[in-house]
Amino acid sequence: MFGKLTMSAMPMNQPIIMGAVLFMAIGVVVVLGVITCCGFWRQLWTEWLTSVDHKRIGVMYVILALVMLLRGFADAIMMRSQQALASDGGAGYLPPEHFDQVFTAHGVIMIFFMAMPFIVGLMNVVVPLQIGARDVAFPYLNSFSLWMTVSGAILVNLSLAVGNFARTGWLAYPPLSELHFSPDVGVDYYIWSLQVAGVGTLLGGVNMITTILRMRAPGMTLMRMPVFTWTALCTNMLIVAAFPVLTVTLGLLALDRYLGMHFFTNAAGGNPMMYVNLIWIWGHPEVYILILPCFGVFSEVIATFSGKPLFGYTSMVYATICITVLSFTVWLHHFFTMGSGADVNAFFGITTMVIAIPTGVKIFNWLFTMYHGRVRFETPVLWTLGFMVTFTIGGMSGVLMAVPPADFVLHNSVFLVAHFHNVIIGGVVFGCMAGYNYWFPKALGFKLDERWGKISFWFWLIGFYVAFMPLYALGLMGMTRRLDHMDNPVWHVYLMVAAGGAAIILCGILAQLVQLFVSIRNHVALRDATGDPWNGRTLEWATASPPSFYNFAETPVVLSRDSFWDMKRRGVAFHPPVHYHRIHMPRNTGAGFILGVLGGVVGFGMIWHIWWLVLFAVAAGLTVVIAHSFDEDRAYYVPSGEVAEIEGRHFQQLMPQAGD
Amino acid sequence: MSVEFVSPAPSRACPAHSEATLPAAMNTGMDAPGKRQQRRRTRRLRRAFPLAALLGMAPLLGGCQFALMDPRGPIGADEKSIIILATVLMLIVVVPVIAMTLVFAWRYRASNSAAAYAPDWDHSRGIETVVWLVPCLIIAALGIVTWVSSHRLDPYRPIEAAAKPLTVQVVSLDWKWLFIYPEQHIASVNQLALPVGVPVKFLLTSSSVMNAFFIPRLGTQIYTMAGMQTQLSLLASKAGDYRGISSNYSGDGFSDMHFTAEAMNAKAFAAWVATTRDSSRALTLASYRALAQPSERVPVRYYSSVAPTLFHDILNQCTNGAPCRDAAMNLAMAKEALGSNFLLCAITNPPGADSPGADRKGIH
Repeated sequence: MFGKLTMSAMPMNQPIIMGAVLFMAIGVVVVLGVITCCGFWRQLWTEWLTSVDHKRIGVMYVILALVMLLRGFADAIMMRSQQALASDGGAGYLPPEHFDQVFTAHGVIMIFFMAMPFIVGLMNVVVPLQIGARDVAFPYLNSFSLWMTVSGAILVNLSLAVGNFARTGWLAYPPLSELHFSPDVGVDYYIWSLQVAGVGTLLGGVNMITTILRMRAPGMTLMRMPVFTWTALCTNMLIVAAFPVLTVTLGLLALDRYLGMHFFTNAAGGNPMMYVNLIWIWGHPEVYILILPCFGVFSEVIATFSGKPLFGYTSMVYATICITVLSFTVWLHHFFTMGSGADVNAFFGITTMVIAIPTGVKIFNWLFTMYHGRVRFETPVLWTLGFMVTFTIGGMSGVLMAVPPADFVLHNSVFLVAHFHNVIIGGVVFGCMAGYNYWFPKALGFKLDERWGKISFWFWLIGFYVAFMPLYALGLMGMTRRLDHMDNPVWHVYLMVAAGGAAIILCGILAQLVQLFVSIRNHVALRDATGDPWNGRTLEWATASPPSFYNFAETPVVLSRDSFWDMKRRGVAFHPPVHYHRIHMPRNTGAGFILGVLGGVVGFGMIWHIWWLVLFAVAAGLTVVIAHSFDEDRAYYVPSGEVAEIEGRHFQQLMPQAGD
Repeated sequence: MSVEFVSPAPSRACPAHSEATLPAAMNTGMDAPGKRQQRRRTRRLRRAFPLAALLGMAPLLGGCQFALMDPRGPIGADEKSIIILATVLMLIVVVPVIAMTLVFAWRYRASNSAAAYAPDWDHSRGIETVVWLVPCLIIAALGIVTWVSSHRLDPYRPIEAAAKPLTVQVVSLDWKWLFIYPEQHIASVNQLALPVGVPVKFLLTSSSVMNAFFIPRLGTQIYTMAGMQTQLSLLASKAGDYRGISSNYSGDGFSDMHFTAEAMNAKAFAAWVATTRDSSRALTLASYRALAQPSERVPVRYYSSVAPTLFHDILNQCTNGAPCRDAAMNLAMAKEALGSNFLLCAITNPPGADSPGADRKGIH
């Protein structure tokens, strides 16, 4: 009846896991309790779960990312403390079978369920506003994408309580991930959580490309698009090109595991090297999927807070396009030690280094944006400066490892671990944090507390260096990654320092939570009445904060880059239009949410071999899709009177500032 | 191979035998109380060192703990110099960038009204040419280094030396290392003996999942994969016990999957071979199958003889009596060449499979 699922799937005898499960359960119960006793259910359903508004969907993506950051960071703390405790001959507190799940889950969660939702969330909130659109091209699809991603995240977390997660490392290399070596459901959780979330990511990419290419305000040519929108376009092209590779690769692995095929097995002509190639053909573009939008965030932030247009816009755009194309030509640098010939290794080493050229150009362009500017050191700028210094160091260690003979000794060492955290924390996390602080007032109508924001930044920055510089050193000492224990008193000291660094980062995360809490408490004082709290340059700042659900009462006409700056200069910003028109908007629908839930159910059924459940959920999903397709009443008009009323309120708020 | 024999800098205060004593002692189960005390003492001594090094950011990386910066063979030495060269090349651009970031941010802070402000300045052909050109030049230089060094240090390339190379077949098992010396017809587990100054040609495969064979002090690592053979040439230019590890995660017993690489002079190596030959153990197909069962922290073992086709059989996945992959492949090709008629008289197993030890041609 329940496939492989029995009561023994619950790890009742493992106090650490059960503690974590209990903690999560209490969290869920508290949240549900608050919703119930405050009577939020109806509001939650009508305004959030069924929403097709890109801004709300974006906010929900970011909430998912922040929650998953806590989960992934809990894993990080466990790894750092285990290695610190178990490096002097001790056993630590995590047995290998648990430690191996922790590092696998950490990687999967941080990449797929923290970084990805964060950047997708930022793009969702910002891109339609930046191009002067009313929503994304396919709002219902957008809602579906979000809920598929959430379902994937829930599956990963469910593995903590029911069964176990993969113990294979975050890319699940076969043959270790094949049924013969990993017979339990861990790898199945891995496969299905990524497949379910991957559908969401891929469709989100299609949606965003269409939006950017088809829905720009009149006058906004490609070369007048804000740089963040440019990077979003490139990233989504990468998503659409790369994610199908991941889907197919995991699909083949699933065929091996479920139907006894031999794509990547040792036996019967399978070849694990094929998987390693395929997964990195997706995997390397993936890191650019994460970093490009962050480059966009930094470009917006540095221009805004320097009070100058971005230096070398054209260079920046071409550099972004170069990176997009080149990202598909470097995957082999992840396995120089697999025995490829010298020509192949050298080729991929050089293509990898070539990516450093456009990236270097970008750094210089940000530098010269500050040059002859008026730099205001608000929180987003601190994150940007922290990024420029940290990412340069991370880039250097990356190019170093692109030299195959250097990689021959540094590969798989903790030097590598230090490198990719250097670029992912220093680039992606800092970028997300800069974007979070920068666009928060736009999305929610009030600024985040500056003081706590700065405290958080300094903890993160210092914590990062304390946590990862020792790993560079340990890598040069020949320490490989993923060791659950070792016996080396010298390493022990470095690992203790690294664990201290993780504790400092923890303070940074706590400071962010405090920042959020304090800002919500003081939201009246922090209110952004103008819609333009930072003296912004791009169109998103032309709307109210938060923007009305239709974004723009009248579609703006774009005459130049930095079009809002241009409007302010010409004196046409902050002026109500002469008269309003009715606005065509999509209706909310629960179909996306229901399909997302069913997607999660399909995944769960597949993981535990509960075939009737899979069939049921697939049938139910098809029914919902078909039923929804008969729903002709998907959009409506907002009458011009209502628009006038909403806009009137906004412009009334603006009045006190009008004298400025 | 034109590797210059950079003999590692005079080995400072680093005892040559320091590195691998811990695992070796554990492996052989010989941990005399005196030894333990000494260990504790050195431990306390060394504890003070890295703290100081960390505070000074360990800039020179000269300490003997930095295995990659203190290599004991030409391959590692060459790789060390490439790491340093590449780093220095990149610092040419990295240092100014970091300095400019901090200087520009501070100089053009909003409160500094003395600094120039050009609110519309966003383009300069001169600056843009330079910012494209400088990274291009650095990467061009690094690209040349990459091309040349990738070929010079290709793991498959034999090392040129006066001495005749020694061949060692390496098999990664769950979770221990098997070393077969085909010329000496002996084998060992978790201990690799190497004559100093003699190039060693490693032929590597895996019995199950992927691992990577890595002796940090000697240089280059390489993956071991089931059903496939990788190659690697290394040379130890100095006697000593060096830590060998698996550097690719391979499951529960991974953390303890290390071995000792003992580089010794020719005489000591001959003695080691002789001692190994005296071992009472023989590595037959049956004892291999028992050894291949997953196990952790396996003590060092010696085998006085090895089944002659063992490595071939591991590589071709026929240690369990299944048809060898090379033979099966040949048979399939023969079938194709001769057409379907051949099926009528074909036997399912290749001739060699019936009589173990018969001369079988394969990937070997």
